[in-house]
Amino acid sequence: MRLQDLLRFSLKTITSYPARSFLIILAMALGVAAVIILTALGDGARQYVVNEFSSIGTNLIIVLPGRSETAGSFPGAVMGQTSRDLTLDDAHWVGRLPQVRRYAPLNVGVAELSAAGKLREVTLMGTTADIFPIRHMKLSQGKFLSSADESSAQIVLGAKIAQEFFPDGNVLGQRVRLSDRRFLVTGVMAEQGESMGYNSDELVIIPIQHAQTLLNTNSLFRLLIEIRHHGEIDNAREAIRQTLIRRHDGEDDVTVIAHDAVLATFERILRALTLGVAGIAVISLAVAGILVMNVMLVSVSQRTAEIGLLKAIGTPAAVIRYIFLAEAVWLSLAGALAGFILGQAGSWALRLAYPLLPAWPPLWANFAGVGVAVLAGVLAGLLPAIRAAKLDPVDALGKR
Amino acid sequence: MIQLQGITRIFHMGDQAIHALDHIDLTIDSGEYVSIMGPSGSGKSTLLNVIGLLDRPDSGHYLLDGRDVTALSETEQAQVRREKIGFVFQSFHLIPRLTAAENIEIPLILTGMPSIERKERIAETLQAFNLSDRAHHRPAELSGGQRQRVAIARATILRPTALLADEPTGNLDHRIGSEVATLLEALNQTGTTLIVVTHDRELALRARRRVAMHDGRIETDEQ
Repeated sequence: MRLQDLLRFSLKTITSYPARSFLIILAMALGVAAVIILTALGDGARQYVVNEFSSIGTNLIIVLPGRSETAGSFPGAVMGQTSRDLTLDDAHWVGRLPQVRRYAPLNVGVAELSAAGKLREVTLMGTTADIFPIRHMKLSQGKFLSSADESSAQIVLGAKIAQEFFPDGNVLGQRVRLSDRRFLVTGVMAEQGESMGYNSDELVIIPIQHAQTLLNTNSLFRLLIEIRHHGEIDNAREAIRQTLIRRHDGEDDVTVIAHDAVLATFERILRALTLGVAGIAVISLAVAGILVMNVMLVSVSQRTAEIGLLKAIGTPAAVIRYIFLAEAVWLSLAGALAGFILGQAGSWALRLAYPLLPAWPPLWANFAGVGVAVLAGVLAGLLPAIRAAKLDPVDALGKR
Repeated sequence: MIQLQGITRIFHMGDQAIHALDHIDLTIDSGEYVSIMGPSGSGKSTLLNVIGLLDRPDSGHYLLDGRDVTALSETEQAQVRREKIGFVFQSFHLIPRLTAAENIEIPLILTGMPSIERKERIAETLQAFNLSDRAHHRPAELSGGQRQRVAIARATILRPTALLADEPTGNLDHRIGSEVATLLEALNQTGTTLIVVTHDRELALRARRRVAMHDGRIETDEQ
């Protein structure tokens, strides 16, 4: 029997039982579509998180004072010295590196804020104007520290604090007291809620020098650095470290973290999640495979007389096996194709419904969905095909 | 030529052994017209199945055109069936989803004949069996006589040496049955060995050689 005749003969069988074939193809298609749509969803979520993180800045490097390494002891400890402070001067030096686009030194503390006869404790952040572009923070009104007056006593209030102290909305130009110092309100932050561990709505921002005086410290809490190109992040990290070591008399007593590392962890987690979801979808494909097997087995018993006839007119057992296998292949191919189209349509609908979510099924998921469907179909067709080929022709023809 | 030597076929029903064929010796020359008669359970259908290589005897030898076919593998037997034997059944055994032409085509497909050649051959055959106007009808749309003609066309399209018919007129009325018998006899005239198994005395008597069976044995064998 020629291959094309085999394929034509089995295709004819499939089209002759439209309801039966439709149900099998539907089951297969739903399985494949599930794989594609679920992986699109998972991968979309991953992409979304990656994009969000990038907006915070994958070009971000954070410097903390002190060495966060438990192993190894730096020589200073042996000689009775404490680690050196990370100073504002250090920050300025780092800021001169060619890789650095902008930087923002950071001091954080708690102080009492009083104005208009009200009093409350607030978290204060001392920094420079560059913190806004670096952290993608926005002001709803006013401004903060135009570079000309870096040392003037200005304050920016968080949205909630501004609302609490000045419910009438007349905030700009008001005078407030922070601890025992007086500040001029020059801006109010836009509502942002929680971000990276701070609730910026309940924060006040003052210039770094004032914060250091107020908190009575010379050491920075953090130094945030945005570099120019993501590609040179490792190089920039090393340059920053070397600069600080030089300034600290050769002592490696700061920790330099690339924001990247956090992102990579998130990406790993979401990738694992996508694989897990895809795994669950593959199970639905296996179920579809078993359905194919069931229907094929029923088909074999319904077509016993036909199989008997085929044997009587001299069809070898192998050819009968091929005929039934070819049917399974057709069904699963049709199911896989329909599922592929359904899956693409589903992902498209997802993207339409949630424009923020880049729900594109990854390439491997398309191949895996279609491949597993065809494989499951063929495996499921194997048992019925073998059973058909084994039928005794005399019994099959219904003879006594 | 069909030569059966000491063919025995035993069926087991519970602990009882039934000799469907009990040491049958039978020789049928090429081109003969033989009818096999007998009551139900006499073994006539089993005999036809053994001759048609659908059933294997438990003992004895079967030589087809001088070759011992009893010991052939299943695949080899399938090839012998395809090339040398045509079957005609009481219930026609047409594939319901295929048209008359497609049913007739199946044996040709099995040989791997190219499609163009097949088309020619089918057209000729349909013509010969007076089925040309029924080519694209499915079995359900054909009369009993037409169905049996399609079945006979399918059985003979590869020009087998022997045509085995099991109650070929059993599902047909008298007039149509007689026409089918005439058609089979015409094929016999062209040299095909014709073996007909039947209950029907009238059909059996048309044969030149008449074998009567009883309890798995040949009772009479008249020329």
